[in-house]
Amino acid sequence: MAEILDLTDAIADLVHDGDVVALEGFTHLISHAAGHELIRQRRRDLALVRMTPDVVYDQLIGMGCARKLVFSWGGNPGVGSLHRLRDAVENGWPAPLELEEHSHAGMAAAYAAGASRLPFGTLRGYRGTDLASHSPVASIQCPFTGEELTAVPALRPDVAVVHAQQADEAGNVQLWGIPGVQKEAVLAADRALVTVEEVVPKLELRPGGVVLPSWVLAAVSPAPGGAHPSYAAGYSDRDNAFYRRWDAISRDRERFTEWMTRHVVETKDIVEYHARLRAAEVTA
Amino acid sequence: MTAGGPAQFDADELMAVTAARRLRDRAACFVGIGIPSRAANLARRTHAPNCVLIYESGTIGAKPDHLPLSIGDGELAETADAVVSVPEIFAYWLQPGRIDIGFLGAAQIDRYANLNSTVIGDYDRPRVRLPGGGGAPEIAALCGGVIVVLEQSPRTFVERLDFRSTAGFGDGSGFRERLGYGGAGMTAVVTDLGVLEPDPETCELVQTQLHPGIAADDARAATGWPLRVAPDVVTTARPTEHELVALRSLKTTTEERADDA
Repeated sequence: MAEILDLTDAIADLVHDGDVVALEGFTHLISHAAGHELIRQRRRDLALVRMTPDVVYDQLIGMGCARKLVFSWGGNPGVGSLHRLRDAVENGWPAPLELEEHSHAGMAAAYAAGASRLPFGTLRGYRGTDLASHSPVASIQCPFTGEELTAVPALRPDVAVVHAQQADEAGNVQLWGIPGVQKEAVLAADRALVTVEEVVPKLELRPGGVVLPSWVLAAVSPAPGGAHPSYAAGYSDRDNAFYRRWDAISRDRERFTEWMTRHVVETKDIVEYHARLRAAEVTA
Repeated sequence: MTAGGPAQFDADELMAVTAARRLRDRAACFVGIGIPSRAANLARRTHAPNCVLIYESGTIGAKPDHLPLSIGDGELAETADAVVSVPEIFAYWLQPGRIDIGFLGAAQIDRYANLNSTVIGDYDRPRVRLPGGGGAPEIAALCGGVIVVLEQSPRTFVERLDFRSTAGFGDGSGFRERLGYGGAGMTAVVTDLGVLEPDPETCELVQTQLHPGIAADDARAATGWPLRVAPDVVTTARPTEHELVALRSLKTTTEERADDA
């Protein structure tokens, strides 16, 4: 059963130095609040897993929390590079970053295999590309047809962290809108934490909604606005202007560190983070 | 390039229009962000109102009234016929070959239409680390056909890729069949200078179309391998008033939305 915990306590309980952490979200429902708490608590040597690492992974990497990144597309969508990711890979700043690189289809299959507790996922892919020799995949022959397919090892993170719209008081969670790979990441992991916009007395089931029962989760933490600059459909819009601004903030090491100190390290939680953002807008 | 006559247009607009024209009505189309999204949405506003736009965030049949910044903007889900998970979009929709056409960009392309979107320089010590393959490797393997859109220059059209993120025709004819990739592969490469298409025998890209005012030698000079130009190379028809109006209104709505944010 999921405990409803303050986010500070949930991160302290569930995420340890050296863990394999999948903080997922395919553009939508990314738990920036949990990422920020990992930075505040100075987690180190994390192996970060995510199909589409974007701003929150740029922040974790630039703040020295990561030793490894498992991913399939690392950029600021529609804007350009992730400068902190690039600096880590190209120059080893603030620390070298080991990469394990996949395609989207491969990583999705690896999560589904992890959720199923199967050793690998299979797909038609990778073959004929240089990815095949730069990632831990293997060729496998179909025992029925003889077709050559690609096997990709299951992803089994120590911890998965996702954002969602609602939980009830028993810790059952419902999310809706673009579901990404949230369900697979949660079910693939040993421990799962969900940050939510709101705890409601009773979940109203929605067509197309994804329900994560309390008994597959370790903890649920209220974090209203906790996806920002990502979004939670029905609660907030994607802050595209912020994603554009991030390009300039993150380009320079000093400016990045200063921004992170002011908005994340020096703030207590998501409420203070939003207050600092609003204050910066007023003075801008 | 700016052409004379009543309808003035620039190179980006011509590239989007040329790519859009390649999309049939009712086709199911896997769309990436950037020029691919612009071209696909232009097609939907002009000759292909019933094309089905699929973004890798799992939105099937998205009908955005502006261009999304990311593949997962809320507008895509709100206007879609169906929204499915990411494992589902790749496993149930892309893998069986249900999607007619993919639209891709890249940082580098070679003569067999293989693409690099991973690194410039050595993989382990890259000069520039790019975002990576994302959905492209399997989109190129499994869509019915693929349109690639990128600028044609010696920097992008290279003799040898720094990294093959996505296979087009590998080392030539027979490659895709050996790997069991069902789709036809890259059917057209649309650039700011014209269009290249694979030779039906050898699979090598041949310049089959040149934009107005572009000479074959301009295309050769912009290509890092000895470029073949088709003897019957055609000149791209100028964008029509209708195409330009649709493209520009898409741009205006997109900018208005960005200003609101």
